[in-house]
Amino acid sequence: MKPVRILVIRAAGINCDEEVMHCWQLVGANPSLVHINELANNPSILDDFQIVTIPGGFSYGDDIAAGTILAQSIASALEAPMKALIDRGGGILGICNGFQVLVKTGLLPGGDVESGQVTVTFNESAKFEARWVRMEVATTRCAFLTPDLTQESASSKRNFRLTKPVYLEMPVEHAEGRVVTASEQSAESLSEKGLVALRYVDMENRHDTYPANPNGSWAGIAGLCDETGRVLGLMPHPDRNFAPTHHPQWTGRKQGTPDGLQVFLNAMSYWGR
Amino acid sequence: MMGWQKNQICDKVECTGGAPNPSMDTHRIAEKQPPSEMHLWCVRVRPRSSELDGHARDVLTDVHQLGLAHIERVHSSKIYFLAGELDAATAQNIAAVLLTDPVAEEFEVSPGMVERQGSIPTIEVHPLPGVMNPVALSALQAARKLLATHTHLQGSLSKVETGRRYEIVGAQSANELERIASQILSNSSVERWFIDGLERHDPLPSELPTPSIAPFELRHVSLRSLNDDELKKLSRTGHLFLSLPEMQTIQQHYQKLDRDPTDLELESLAQTWSEHCVHKTFKSEINYKGDDFGKDGQVEVHFGNLLKDTIAAATFNLDRDWCLSVFEDNAGVIAFDDDYGIAFKAETHNHPSAIEPYGGAATGIGGCIRDIMGCGLGAKPIASMDVFCLAPPDFDESRLPKDVIHPRRTLKGVVGGVRDYGNRMGIPTVGGAIYFDERYLANPLVFCGCVGLIPRDKIDKQPNPGDFIVVAGGKTGRDGIHGATFSSAELTDTHADEFSHAVQIGNAIEEKKVLDAQLLARDHPTGCLFTAVTDCGAGGLSSAVGEMGILTGASVDLEKVPLKYAGLRYDEIWISEAQERMVFAVAPENLEDFLAIFAAEEVEATTIGQFTSDKKLTVRYNEHIVGQLDMQFLHEGLPKAARNATWSAPKNKTETAAKCRSHEANLNPTEQLFAELSELNTASKEWVIRQYDHEVQGRSVIKPLVGPEFGPSDAAVLRPRYDTDQGLALACGLCPELSDIDPYWMAIAAVDEALRNAICVGGNPRRTAILDNFCWPGVDSEESLGALVRACRGAYDAAMAYGLPFVSGKDSLNNEFSMSPEEAKRTGLPKTISIPPTLLISAVAIVEDVNRCVSMNFKTSDHCIAIASAPVNRVGLREAMELHHKVSKLICSGKVAAAHDVSDGGLAVSIAEMCIASGLGATCDVASNTFSDSLFDPISTTYLLEMPLKDAEQSGFPIIGRVCTDSKLTIHRDGSEFINAEVCELSQAWREPLQRGGR
Repeated sequence: MKPVRILVIRAAGINCDEEVMHCWQLVGANPSLVHINELANNPSILDDFQIVTIPGGFSYGDDIAAGTILAQSIASALEAPMKALIDRGGGILGICNGFQVLVKTGLLPGGDVESGQVTVTFNESAKFEARWVRMEVATTRCAFLTPDLTQESASSKRNFRLTKPVYLEMPVEHAEGRVVTASEQSAESLSEKGLVALRYVDMENRHDTYPANPNGSWAGIAGLCDETGRVLGLMPHPDRNFAPTHHPQWTGRKQGTPDGLQVFLNAMSYWGR
Repeated sequence: MMGWQKNQICDKVECTGGAPNPSMDTHRIAEKQPPSEMHLWCVRVRPRSSELDGHARDVLTDVHQLGLAHIERVHSSKIYFLAGELDAATAQNIAAVLLTDPVAEEFEVSPGMVERQGSIPTIEVHPLPGVMNPVALSALQAARKLLATHTHLQGSLSKVETGRRYEIVGAQSANELERIASQILSNSSVERWFIDGLERHDPLPSELPTPSIAPFELRHVSLRSLNDDELKKLSRTGHLFLSLPEMQTIQQHYQKLDRDPTDLELESLAQTWSEHCVHKTFKSEINYKGDDFGKDGQVEVHFGNLLKDTIAAATFNLDRDWCLSVFEDNAGVIAFDDDYGIAFKAETHNHPSAIEPYGGAATGIGGCIRDIMGCGLGAKPIASMDVFCLAPPDFDESRLPKDVIHPRRTLKGVVGGVRDYGNRMGIPTVGGAIYFDERYLANPLVFCGCVGLIPRDKIDKQPNPGDFIVVAGGKTGRDGIHGATFSSAELTDTHADEFSHAVQIGNAIEEKKVLDAQLLARDHPTGCLFTAVTDCGAGGLSSAVGEMGILTGASVDLEKVPLKYAGLRYDEIWISEAQERMVFAVAPENLEDFLAIFAAEEVEATTIGQFTSDKKLTVRYNEHIVGQLDMQFLHEGLPKAARNATWSAPKNKTETAAKCRSHEANLNPTEQLFAELSELNTASKEWVIRQYDHEVQGRSVIKPLVGPEFGPSDAAVLRPRYDTDQGLALACGLCPELSDIDPYWMAIAAVDEALRNAICVGGNPRRTAILDNFCWPGVDSEESLGALVRACRGAYDAAMAYGLPFVSGKDSLNNEFSMSPEEAKRTGLPKTISIPPTLLISAVAIVEDVNRCVSMNFKTSDHCIAIASAPVNRVGLREAMELHHKVSKLICSGKVAAAHDVSDGGLAVSIAEMCIASGLGATCDVASNTFSDSLFDPISTTYLLEMPLKDAEQSGFPIIGRVCTDSKLTIHRDGSEFINAEVCELSQAWREPLQRGGR
């Protein structure tokens, strides 16, 4: 496997950088941690990297709304290099606050989806929710989720369903994770385009029951990817499920490769080809 | 084309989406061309539909809980006031791009404040001037950045303020609106509200408020000629809260100096000598006369220094080599491994939380985190624990004393404060407890604990003469004055007005930035860039600089201290507790690098003085010396008090004990089990726990809720280092109900509970350290002091017997509330409400291998359930210790599938909890010769252990039953059926009571 060059963005209030760095190290990468101000002053730093990760936290306190101020910084200083990164085959992973930032910059869902179609806002329960969720991988498009299928599916542009369902378990910990679209049609259209990457599901595969859907996201959307499949944002935390002892049921049943770690492994196998 | 459209600036912006609403009829900005000079714009942002207005739904629930069931709906909106040289188009753009979510929200911009439109009554809430407002600060910075990066936007911003507006549909009177405003939507110590509707119209202010400015004037306090009564009066009216002998000592000192003290000097002494800072009761000389400790008979015991002779004596007598720093620093430190130590500290923040629960709890956890950051050269905080003692949330509204916040609101507030501060800091809140008792009504207790990881070579610190004094982080304002002395006062029904200045709102992100910068400076490639650090505690710079310079001396120029706004007096700058601020000692050669790191992290760091070698604390303001104190007198001048203490057991022991169980007596055992599970102290705290991020940092091993059905874990386990399997168990013990019987046993029970909770998950009792947090009603009487002595002695005896060193502690000794006789009569409450003597024991235990940790949920049907019991109050400390060690050995050997301690609600409740957590059932037969208690009595030093048959038999512990798949709990007593219940129904009874923070 070729080495993959990974950059992790840090900013005031980002607080999951340590575990995200560790996840990348666990899967064999040697990630660099860079402050957003340093990037803004020298955007060409981005040219050296293949994957940018925006970890979770409360960037700038999530004052005004989650991710808004960091999104503003990225949009005003890093628009061109971020686009260039995607154009040359790179990827972006936004976790929790990072996902909110990606949506608020318009990098997700991106492409021909008009602005003002999707947002991430306050949970339906109006409070912070910390719990483990079960998600179904809802697209074949995403390099972070199904690295082997991505190539083929990106060319077919039709039917993004997996032949065999894949479920992932991770914790959510957020107050503003509800994915809302401008209309129900916009949610359907995202799904048809294969841009809905992950959906919350309960044990009967319903995606609209609480607390299986912890925040009231429309259509159970837990994560979105862009049309290249190389930009993924998700509310749940793969970075909090990298060891078998993270799973809430580990004391009762044996754990395999943690689902969270799998996301980082997938990225390594896709970009390390 | 890719994204970004949302951030494009448009010439014209309209409210996005949603049907036009008559009450939001947008002002036509274009028609009202504003002047180009200073202007105030009001931006209102509201959810696009009521479906997206979760906050309003939450408020509506609270309104209904207040008894106003006829209120139909609530609509909420956020308000931003933008002040500056700003034209309409620019204000519109800031609103559209920055302040409004394009999908979920819509906005309107109007010039000036906006009166009510339409017929729905409104309540508008604004923060009081000078109160920390992180959202306003962030919005100001972001808007300025927007103006700077989009050159076609005109204007500049001088200030942003925020507010909230609510429309209350269905309100019938202005009185109702006032109740909603004051009891749900705002807190008058930090906010003000304006009602408009139902024949009431509070005019909105015409401009944003600014705090008053005081001109410089050096003030002396004429102290030398005062008589004793005048000294006492000065102590109270000046909020010094010093005793007469202390005031006399100060008087004599200044008589010798032949001058009067400046106000700043007197304030510095009061802060440094406050109970909060110096723990003078604990350090006093005490003659105890009363019941013996743990034995029958009477004794007389002399304590030269209560703390040194009990709590600290245990630590020094045990002399564990893994205790690296005890009772000296802001936190205690124990060894974790060869590279790292664990810093551990718990604080209380009771009085601020009584007045403003949200801000009080938030700044409480913020302060405790700063203790960890200020330990050694800085530990990295990795977990928090929070314990609340409150009155029951269903307390009768009509009996609430004036100026006391209803416990349901207090609960919501303190949970919200811990949640918003801890979550934002990125520190998981992994454990804690909530204990309900009516006596906490006016004095809720908020305990905040924090654990940090510190490299072992960063534990020592000492500033050198010539080092610069650098303050970093939050600026100083008028909020937070008198925090230390206030906490040493008794609360009364006028306290909210008198001490509102001691209440602050936190800004977690500021503290997070300081932490990031501090760790970068600590771990700088050329070595740590500072020689010492401490947090700004309740006494502000006065105590921080005073403590750091104790061996050297220090000189400070107060005009250099960054202020939130101009006009603070020099003494206010000196004593105000600025949140999110640390004080560093930086050698001259490192100053440039140090300041560069803080600047890069966007943290304001300012040199305000220097450490000296004159052993004096010299404070200047614009070249005037406004105070000069001998370090010697400041820190050692406090006269030592000698007190008498006494205690004798209450006559009616059984009655006191029975009082704890409030429900009806004539229930059958199954019914009683349901009732016990619904007791607030036993019931599920899931509603609280799920609001806390308990997994950030990726160190979680055992979570606060465990098993497929989420039962109550005994303790939390973390993996502090990603690269090793060694863990850390965090647990607590709290048994205030036993204080009514004997504080000696209360303390032992608390230590025992903390230890067995830690053992249950896999903690090693030979590597466990504990903390003490005493919250006492008062210590003025010999009896209350006697109760404190007994608790200290109990803590000592338990710590010695179990081998658990205390490494740090804290006390809050004035938790009484007095009201007028009329108010007492109206409410039917005693004229003085005193909390029960309360001791929180927090434990941190090393876990050798996290892969061997155990959770309390049953795992496998047909496994045996064994009981390990040696109640310390019956068999004594030695036998109890042996049991703890035996159980621990069994758990760490990997033979135990589930372990749970028996506490509130007794054996039956503990078995039920293990069923509830797992969804599995159990069949038990408890012979009275193996376990003689009623199955519902609280009992100490008792464990339930699930093991395979062979291991259970080998363990030697009595087997009382087995786990089964049929989801039914049956308990027989000596062969006859005692309890028979469906686990799912038990589960419901346990989950229901606190589902939404109380009925």
